[in-house]
Amino acid sequence: MSEKKKYFWAGARSEIPLLIGVFPFGLIYGALAMDAGLSTAAAQAMSSMVFAGSAQFVTTQLVRDSAPGFVIVLTIAVVNLRHVLYSASLAPALASVSTRWKALLSYLLTDEAYAPTILHYEKEGVKPFSHWFLFGAGAALWVTWQISTALGIFLGAAIPDSWSLDFALPLTFIAMVVPVLKNRPSIVAALSAGCVALAAYSLPYKLGLILAALVGIVLGVLVEGKANVKPEKELSLHANVRDSLDESQ
Amino acid sequence: MNIWLVMLFGGLITFGMRFSLIYLFGKFHIPEAMRKTLHYVPPAVLSAIVFPDLFLRAGKFDISMDNTRLLAGLFAVAVAWISRNTLITILAGMVAFFVLQVFVR
Repeated sequence: MSEKKKYFWAGARSEIPLLIGVFPFGLIYGALAMDAGLSTAAAQAMSSMVFAGSAQFVTTQLVRDSAPGFVIVLTIAVVNLRHVLYSASLAPALASVSTRWKALLSYLLTDEAYAPTILHYEKEGVKPFSHWFLFGAGAALWVTWQISTALGIFLGAAIPDSWSLDFALPLTFIAMVVPVLKNRPSIVAALSAGCVALAAYSLPYKLGLILAALVGIVLGVLVEGKANVKPEKELSLHANVRDSLDESQ
Repeated sequence: MNIWLVMLFGGLITFGMRFSLIYLFGKFHIPEAMRKTLHYVPPAVLSAIVFPDLFLRAGKFDISMDNTRLLAGLFAVAVAWISRNTLITILAGMVAFFVLQVFVR
């Protein structure tokens, strides 16, 4: 087997434990997107155009609330800001590949592709074809995300409204936010943002959401500065992804 | 609001952020202050979305025992805290929500 293939399949295999978690997420996303009133085509297209789980859930929620487009785009940008860090973190390892490869690998650079790839680079170092590892991991994830979205859309159409499936959305966000509340600044950031969101709920264009997020972020930084708390190194909505990887290896 | 435009811009911005420093490697480094700030984005944004979902009913603040979303949501917070597992949290929250709705009626 060539080096390229070897790295590609090693990357794809590294995704297996993560895919077990990703698949039901795609199902839930697809079902909720239908429930929020997105068309079948739009719900499916979002999984390849945006290709970012948490941003897609947030978009679904905001579409349901009939938020204006610019607020949704702004929120997607804020929710996905962490990808700048992944980009920074993988940049040295990808410095020597062509721009075309950089673009393709960037498109595939999700939380779940980043986690095993950075572990791979830390363990094995950078080799001539090791970017195929990220390609394999990203491709496995992409295919799984598309298929699970499609199945979710199919199932979502069959679930009656009386099941209140939409409640799975706030539950998803709760499941994502609680594990990152590891120290006082992050708890302050979460609680203050939540309270401002309540107080500013009646602002037009869902601007209360943006305002609340900004207040939470600023207060988190201020409290950290005051307490001089060392933040966790891992800045990820999916810190549990890394945990589950560690367990599986 | 055109959902296709939203997805197009949302997708381009997401790609741009993933591509940014891979492309600019060696020419730009993230300042430490920005790195710190990014740390608080997930808790702030997600809470800002969740709080109104749980505490408001028809736009009004409601912390009564009738507010099944709030009760089920708090239960989910406890489950998330203990289990640290996304799917278990969602399932537990949905089950709590259904059970509470039966009782409230």
